[in-house]
Amino acid sequence: MVAIYLKELNAFFSSVIGYLALIVFLLVVGLFVWIFPDTSVLEYGYATLDGLFTTAPWVFLFLIPAITMRMFSEELSSGTFELLSTRPLKESGIILGKYFAALTMVLFSLLPTIIYYISIYQLGSPIGNIDSGATYGSYIGLLLLGSAFVSVGIFSSSITNNQIVAFVLAVFLCFFFYMAFDFLSKLDLFYAKTDDLVESIGINAHYASVSKGVLDTRDLIYFGSFNVIFLLLTHLSLQSRKW
Amino acid sequence: MSVQISHLTKLYGSQRAVDDISFQAQKGEVLGFLGPNGAGKSTTMKIITGFIPQSEGTVTVCGHDMQQQPLEVKKRIGYLPENNPLYYDMYVREYLEFVARVHKLGNESKSRISEMLEVTGLSPESKKKIGQLSKGYKQRVGIAQAMLHNPEVLILDEPTAGLDPNQLLEIRALIQSLGKEKTVILSTHIMQEVEAICDRVIIISKGKLVADDTTDNLQQRAKGSVAVCVEFKENVSAESLQKIKGVKSAKQERKEWMLFAEGKTDLREEISRYAKENNLTLLTLKVEESSLEEVFKSLTTSNFKP
Repeated sequence: MVAIYLKELNAFFSSVIGYLALIVFLLVVGLFVWIFPDTSVLEYGYATLDGLFTTAPWVFLFLIPAITMRMFSEELSSGTFELLSTRPLKESGIILGKYFAALTMVLFSLLPTIIYYISIYQLGSPIGNIDSGATYGSYIGLLLLGSAFVSVGIFSSSITNNQIVAFVLAVFLCFFFYMAFDFLSKLDLFYAKTDDLVESIGINAHYASVSKGVLDTRDLIYFGSFNVIFLLLTHLSLQSRKW
Repeated sequence: MSVQISHLTKLYGSQRAVDDISFQAQKGEVLGFLGPNGAGKSTTMKIITGFIPQSEGTVTVCGHDMQQQPLEVKKRIGYLPENNPLYYDMYVREYLEFVARVHKLGNESKSRISEMLEVTGLSPESKKKIGQLSKGYKQRVGIAQAMLHNPEVLILDEPTAGLDPNQLLEIRALIQSLGKEKTVILSTHIMQEVEAICDRVIIISKGKLVADDTTDNLQQRAKGSVAVCVEFKENVSAESLQKIKGVKSAKQERKEWMLFAEGKTDLREEISRYAKENNLTLLTLKVEESSLEEVFKSLTTSNFKP
């Protein structure tokens, strides 16, 4: 697992794609938080990082599939997966190595935004007038959301040897699980009856709940099982390739 | 017995890609795996290395069953798949370091990597990206990664594809020296290669095992029809040649004649007498070594007949 993890991380940071992804993420988020007048903190006048936490999921929606799309697709199309699976490695180790590598990349993309937090902390009047609890919660929420997207992305990558198909599928699935259940719950069929339940299948409800700064075990269990289910599906899809 | 295959069968739908194959390979043996395209060579190798599961039968490597202890088996196998897949955007040394880490070589890895770079002649190229290397050098990287962890069993699917004649000889010598202390199973299309380095040959055709014998024995088998190659300065006709005692048929190949004998008689004596009697100048007279190629042809094409 460690060997795969290091290999993936190396591949990411020794290529242009890695840095490009990080720069694009920071650029887009930076524009929304500081520059665009409609969403800028400076125009808004309140010391909060909400701009970051509403924009980042949407950027992740495209960025994470871009990170994960090559992880299995490339190995499958170039045949290196054959070498990988004939080495003394457990398949679960291969999957987890890639999963944690992608998660580390998500973490790296979030780290620089701590500067935003420090800036707003200093800009507050009086200094430090920011809801720190909610901010920490939101960071954890963003990481959990990122991990969910990573597991979806890795699954998509494992079912096809075409990176573009993997990307498009991952974006669709991420969007579906992130927002679609929110919208579906407003259907007449569910409205005012089971809309809570339908909404809670989606990621957004849990992300919003964690973002409030309250770490509810239900949300943690949701994200945990979401990841496990998609990693198990990845395992299944890789197994089925061999038959 | 380091590799033991028994009753191996692989079904793709109703097609039997590998059909009830059993064989063994011992330590200190280079086993040649021959067969026409699509005979099931690569499929068999993929099953032995644990990439795809078999439908029936067992694979045992160094006493470990592939299905029960896959990791133990995989530790002991070095594998070069066909088409030699590699990470093209990794550097040669970086890739070997990755392989060493996968096999948990630890402190040994540095010395093993430099040894492999030395043995395969990759040292000057070790700082290049794999994608930049020529086909022959990529093939060497493939061989280096297969041998890096010093496995007891080496499975090489067409190891010499794409090598230039010099490299070919080097790599063959390397495989031969490895074969002294390891079990090497290699597949190839080149018959000279089999004759040069393989102790034993397995021929499969349409998924079935059609021959499993030592290289010498197989060459003996072809001796059923002894052929002699003759060349005369003067023109001769096929009819007159066929009148020579013991000649079954004569075939012209450019200036040379191929004379096939009845049974296993040596025709050379009769031919030189014939030349003397007819005042012909004999330019060439040699017994054609019955090659493996003939055996291969006869074993793998007879299957096509109903």
